[in-house]
Amino acid sequence: MSEQTEITLDELRHLVSERALSGETVLLNMGPQHPSTHGVLRLLLELDGETVVNCVPDIGFLHTGIEKNMEAKTYEKAEVMTDRLDYLNTVGNNLVYCLAIEKLADLDVPPRAQAIRVILTELQRLASHLVWLGTHALDMAAMSTFLYCFREREMILDIMEMCSGQRMMTTYFRPGGLWRDVPVGFETAVRQFVRIFPARIDQYESLLTKNPIFLDRTKGIGIISAEEAIRWGLTGPTLRGSGPNYDVRKAYPYSGYEQYDFDVPTATSGDVYGRYVIHVEEMRQSLRIIQQALDKLPYGPVRSNNRKYVPPPRSELGVSMEAVIHHFKLWTEGFSLPRGAVYLPVESPRGELGVYLESDGGPKPHRVHYRTPSFVHLQALPLLARGHLVADLVAIIGSIDIVLGDIDR
Amino acid sequence: MEHLTLVIQALQERFAAQRCDFCGDPSWLIDAAQLVPACRALRNEFGFEMLACQTASDYWPQMSPRFHVVYNLHSLTHRTRLNLRVPVEGDNPVVTSIVSLYPNANWHEREIWDMFGIRFDGHPDLRRILMPYDWEGHPLRKDYPLGYEEPQFTFNFDEIARRKHRGRYEEA
Repeated sequence: MSEQTEITLDELRHLVSERALSGETVLLNMGPQHPSTHGVLRLLLELDGETVVNCVPDIGFLHTGIEKNMEAKTYEKAEVMTDRLDYLNTVGNNLVYCLAIEKLADLDVPPRAQAIRVILTELQRLASHLVWLGTHALDMAAMSTFLYCFREREMILDIMEMCSGQRMMTTYFRPGGLWRDVPVGFETAVRQFVRIFPARIDQYESLLTKNPIFLDRTKGIGIISAEEAIRWGLTGPTLRGSGPNYDVRKAYPYSGYEQYDFDVPTATSGDVYGRYVIHVEEMRQSLRIIQQALDKLPYGPVRSNNRKYVPPPRSELGVSMEAVIHHFKLWTEGFSLPRGAVYLPVESPRGELGVYLESDGGPKPHRVHYRTPSFVHLQALPLLARGHLVADLVAIIGSIDIVLGDIDR
Repeated sequence: MEHLTLVIQALQERFAAQRCDFCGDPSWLIDAAQLVPACRALRNEFGFEMLACQTASDYWPQMSPRFHVVYNLHSLTHRTRLNLRVPVEGDNPVVTSIVSLYPNANWHEREIWDMFGIRFDGHPDLRRILMPYDWEGHPLRKDYPLGYEEPQFTFNFDEIARRKHRGRYEEA
């Protein structure tokens, strides 16, 4: 082993206070393999007794270089990697990438594909919120909620599997539409889910919302004011828990969200409980969107027929020479986008998920950057955690809803 | 929309911003020296309270200056977004940090330093963030090779470690 593998104390000196150097406070390492850090997050804690004086997040344990890898692949092949970023919001990552390509290429998406995209993204939001709710409650020792949440999440993953053949890494959305139309039985499955789910949300609420232990652990913990939240760039439920009513789906509608009638819940307390209330209410609103999208699900094609970007269907290959040429070109060289750069945000379950996509006119992206909400939210963790107990730190990490795959990319 | 027109007018007159002729989002090229005053004016006078995204792009070897640092500022009150691009030279790339204006630029700038090797003047804590702290080179640069790295096993651990610290990648 080389002698340089340990970081020297001098390099970390500026991160901790004078009291830590004199030994008055204790430095404690939390993670990276800790069950309540929701992945491989390492925190360097400075503790005064049991009170957190400072906390320094250390990330990068899950860094996979996806942004670099995407630069070496054609646009369509690179999409497969986007699923692996935020593994609880896979179709959302596909969606933002496809929307960016469609914006650069000026590609139209048929209405049926847009509606199915909305249904699946909202189902994914429910699945993500269920994982969030289950693990967040589990962090505070409420074991049963976790089991109930994963029961319903399984139904959503079954619907994903029905459409794409995969439970999680779907890559179902493609530039210009969908991989293929949804199968027979999709509508029935979603309708059944929408029918039973409201009662299940009430069930989770009966376990937590008025539970005195849960209230003690969450009320008044990890408060952030609206001004601070905006200054730190927080978005999604974490921002709305403090008051500002900003939701990308309402502010910059995409994929036909402007057609649906839904509310954006906000709270004013800005604490862990406020963020919990918003997550639960968002589940109800997502159901409303799914219901509306299902009711007016149009018939028609699910992928654009612009052959410069979208490969022809299999049935055309036997009868059209042009289709064969397009098929060959698109699956060997890939399509080229005009030179340019876009930044496109969507509302992921965690907040504003943006993709910065730059094309140099060739068949491979020049630069892809994912602006991920978890990365921005984790930055504000020291601010939220200061002055709280170590046990509350666990509640705060849970409440800002981070996914480490989303942070490290 | 009128708000955005006003902002762009101010940017052009006071900070000599130039329109960048890309397709996609309109963006404004701004000189590195004007960045902090421009951001301060945008935040305090024009209501761009939030830094939505900050990243960089490498144009080696076609273009000079080599890098662009890209800022996406967001105004919640006016529902507008603004893209700023700051060109940075390839040798000894430095930009002024905007952490004092937008605290969340802290990690974004650390990531850009880590991935592109662009330094940020006035940054409180410019360390690598995603790569290991003793990593050499900046992976998202276009002259940094993708893959082809020999895996480190017990039998060749020392040899590769020695090679790693000899400095394979020149600092630009």
